[in-house]
Amino acid sequence: MDKKKLGYWLFFIALFLGPLYLTEFRLALMGKFLCFAIVALGICLIWGYTGILSLGHGVYFGLGAYCTAMYLKLEAANGQLPDFMEWSGVSALPAFWVPFSNPIFAIGASLLIPALIAAILGFLTFKNRIKGVYFSLISQAVVVVFVTLFVAKQDWTGGTNGLTNFTTFLGFSLASPLVQIALYMMTVIILGASFALAAALTNSRVGRVLSAVRDGENRVRFLGFNPTSYKVFVYSLSAALAGLAGTLFVLQVGLISPAMMGIIPSIEMVLWAAVGGRHSLIGAILGAVIVNSAKSFFSEAYPDIWSIFLGLLFIIVVMFLPNGIVGAFESWNEKREKAKRKGGTADAADSVVS
Amino acid sequence: MTVLGKFWSKQTIIAAISAATLALSGCAASNALNEEDGAAADSSDTVKVGVLHSLSGTMAISEVSLRDAELMAIEEINEAGGVLGKQIEPIVEDGASDWPTFAEKAKKLLQKDEVAAVFGGWTSASRKAMLPVFEQNNGLLWYPVQYEGMESSPNIFYTGATTNQQIVPSVTWLLENKGKSFFLIGSDYVFPRTANKEIKAQLEAEGGTLVGEEYTPLGHTDYGTLISKIKAEKPEVIYNTLNGDSNVAFFKQLKDAGITADDVTVLSVSIAEEEIRGIGTDILTGHYAAWNYFQTTDTPENEKFVAAYKEAYGDDRVTGDSIEAAYMAVYLWAAAAEKAGSFDVDAVKEAAGGIEFNAPGGKVTIDGDNQHTYKTVRVGEIQADGQFKEVWNSGEPVKPDPYLETYPWAEGLN
Amino acid sequence: MAVVITQLFNGISLGSILLLIALGLAITFGLMNVINMAHGEFIMAGAYTTYVVQQAFSHYVPAALFNYYYIVAIPLSFLIGALLGFVLEKTLIRFLYHRPLDSLLATWGVSLILQQVARSIFGAPNVAVTAPAWLDSGLTIAGAVLPYKRLFIIALVTICMVTLYLYLDKTAAGRKMRAVTMNRSMASSLGVSTKKVDATAFAIGSGLAGIAGCALTVLGPIGSTIGTYYIVDAFMIVILGGIGSLIGTVFGALSVGMLGTVAEFWSGASMAKVIVFVAIIAFLQFKPAGLLSARTRSLE
Repeated sequence: MDKKKLGYWLFFIALFLGPLYLTEFRLALMGKFLCFAIVALGICLIWGYTGILSLGHGVYFGLGAYCTAMYLKLEAANGQLPDFMEWSGVSALPAFWVPFSNPIFAIGASLLIPALIAAILGFLTFKNRIKGVYFSLISQAVVVVFVTLFVAKQDWTGGTNGLTNFTTFLGFSLASPLVQIALYMMTVIILGASFALAAALTNSRVGRVLSAVRDGENRVRFLGFNPTSYKVFVYSLSAALAGLAGTLFVLQVGLISPAMMGIIPSIEMVLWAAVGGRHSLIGAILGAVIVNSAKSFFSEAYPDIWSIFLGLLFIIVVMFLPNGIVGAFESWNEKREKAKRKGGTADAADSVVS
Repeated sequence: MTVLGKFWSKQTIIAAISAATLALSGCAASNALNEEDGAAADSSDTVKVGVLHSLSGTMAISEVSLRDAELMAIEEINEAGGVLGKQIEPIVEDGASDWPTFAEKAKKLLQKDEVAAVFGGWTSASRKAMLPVFEQNNGLLWYPVQYEGMESSPNIFYTGATTNQQIVPSVTWLLENKGKSFFLIGSDYVFPRTANKEIKAQLEAEGGTLVGEEYTPLGHTDYGTLISKIKAEKPEVIYNTLNGDSNVAFFKQLKDAGITADDVTVLSVSIAEEEIRGIGTDILTGHYAAWNYFQTTDTPENEKFVAAYKEAYGDDRVTGDSIEAAYMAVYLWAAAAEKAGSFDVDAVKEAAGGIEFNAPGGKVTIDGDNQHTYKTVRVGEIQADGQFKEVWNSGEPVKPDPYLETYPWAEGLN
Repeated sequence: MAVVITQLFNGISLGSILLLIALGLAITFGLMNVINMAHGEFIMAGAYTTYVVQQAFSHYVPAALFNYYYIVAIPLSFLIGALLGFVLEKTLIRFLYHRPLDSLLATWGVSLILQQVARSIFGAPNVAVTAPAWLDSGLTIAGAVLPYKRLFIIALVTICMVTLYLYLDKTAAGRKMRAVTMNRSMASSLGVSTKKVDATAFAIGSGLAGIAGCALTVLGPIGSTIGTYYIVDAFMIVILGGIGSLIGTVFGALSVGMLGTVAEFWSGASMAKVIVFVAIIAFLQFKPAGLLSARTRSLE
């Protein structure tokens, strides 16, 4: 028990000390990847633990990012209309933009709005017992709706360009390396806190019900639980995590556009969890970092054909590492230990397959 | 064993940590490696520049050719002895049609590779994503595509046309030669919406009428309904700001609906020689486009340019406006660096104003105030061989005016 | 009047195009429950096959026969699509029948690879296909022009539907296919080779995507990313129609086509897209099993 905790502490401390051994550029990349890791944690909760595959988390990530970006945009505009509104022919700030000039409201909204939308959507679909593949595809339809709306309402959202060109956050210049380092460390702390929260949740009674819902929803229902409320809860929680990640993303990357809430990013989010190990929270974090590092590396080294490597990576993981990198380490370790104990070969019958 | 049990096993932790350390050390190692490279390069006689276009994803259709043109210009300059005695070393990156990737790669080129300049971008969204990166790192971006104006960053040079070098004169030409009633169609994004807002103000001021304005989502492929709206309104002119693939579907279906260039004039601002080949010349013959350069533009520089481009990339390749603007951007940067006597960004910016260059499309001059270029405006009719026949040009290079400050009707647009 | 006829026709035409795209998915996804994200890339393969056939005709065949290239391209697109599908089934899908969500992720990787391969072979820019002359112009009814190309696609999709129906209902192989999709273990114990049936079914579904790609060349662009334009719509239509019901897919495609056209006429293309997708999501809340679906009393 102690060794486990020590391991986690070491891992997060190593991340926290990133500024000591990473260059400015690599640190910015890592900060971005850690935002993605928070999304992956949420995906892991709903997919790995509860068996809900959402292909629409880009929407929640994007909504969270937009909330904070609206605040940043207003701060950059310095009391005037944001630039894109001017050239879209808007003469006064739309009413729903006004409260976002308050940073606390904006950041609060970046968690609550995704959670609320997820709760409404989740309540309807889960109550109607839409699950599995159907839910996944409906969540894609939701992506199409949001992306099309955000692109079309250019005068409110900045259209395809999105919101960008921010200057300060709470008065601190976003361009300053020190502010970026502080934001990076904040990301690590929030990631660690989210991880602790998710771990506590999965270890609790609620967490066990969630796993039970994944393995046999109807049995859970017959036992007197209401799977809908559990599912709605965990789905909203994971949407809030995605929104939080969006906030951190926009602070560090300085940009949010509808393309980032689209179908391709939404599927990639699931792939992070799949590559790392969908049943493992730490796996989700590793997956987000590894997949995105691989993407950066391949595209820097082979700008012409890198997507082939990325495609191969996904195929290999699904075919040969169904439980991701962490799952593969586990079963390898198990086999070794069993072999040690019994002097025989291990069978993989108890590997978890959903 | 339960999932939870598995999760908490000691081995997981060890595995996880070793993997994480690996990933991190990989990051750091590649860093160290590259920094050594950087140091080595500095002492040698090369200067690094970035080439940042989408080589994958939906925008690869258009952007790959710009990379080709830029690499060709770099090679030509190197063969002629380089810039300030140094050979140019291009570092190619893929923006992957994804705006944060553009920002990420721009940051990488500026911070890690420490390039002297970056040539890149196509969509406005990619430029807007890169803009803060270039401003914060005091980098230099050369952006080679016509765009909607309303921008003038101190760290960007715009070698494509702004609206008063393409759209405004072409609308005037249409009003004088083709008809007064306009139907505006465009893809649903920033360039068409901004351009159409300007066109509407101009129509009002110059005596045109607007009979319809429609936008379709990017990647839209069914134009049946839009075409029946056009039929119902019977415009004399369709002003087309559709983007990429949508053009193919629109023109194919327009022809099928029995509407030809004789019935209504379509003038496009996103269709160059390369796009014509993707749509089919039989469908486009007789329609118009407004640009600053055509492959058929008659200058001695262009003859050389087209021949060199075909020699480098194959006889079946064609040039086009943005390709020419990308090509000339490299030369303009090199000339500015020569004049400044240094690759320092501020020195190059300072020296760039007033620099002249005989580009394939005619003489261009950098405007020191807004960092756009003076360019000749041309309207061309598409011929059966997929090339343009120039039917009008502005005679002399037009001064860039990204905010349309010299047009009274544009007041209140920005 | 002409506008009403044109719009009615546009609705049916859009429906027929969507149906052609979704028909292959109705088999691989609707009957076999495999989520094949590379379906769009099979459409792309069909489109490029048409391009290659056209190039071959313009180089090696007398000009007088050029207009018949399309007759060759249709079956060839089917074969290429089917071949790709067959290979994909044999190498990937068959290991993932019990993990439908994993097949989604693996085929997403396949789709990335196929797009890049197409870019490497044919170049990044779009290629042009000249439609055969006999599809030019259109039929004029009461002032409305009905383009022959759109009429041709309606005819093509009708032929595909009828052939598919006859195959599934009247041939032994088709009946086996339905038996396997209804109850795999029962069919297997009655001596049906499920492996063979799976591979055949997947190949047929993929071949239909190839035909769709061939048909789309006359209306739209031909490039490495065209598959991505259609894939989400196609999945929506299959679940809207009801998994496992081909007739449901027909109704799904036609209603999406009609609704999309009407909505676009009254508002604009972007809002129409939003309206259609919201309508689908809302409809599935009331009828999660889709328009038409096999009635079942089973719980899961």
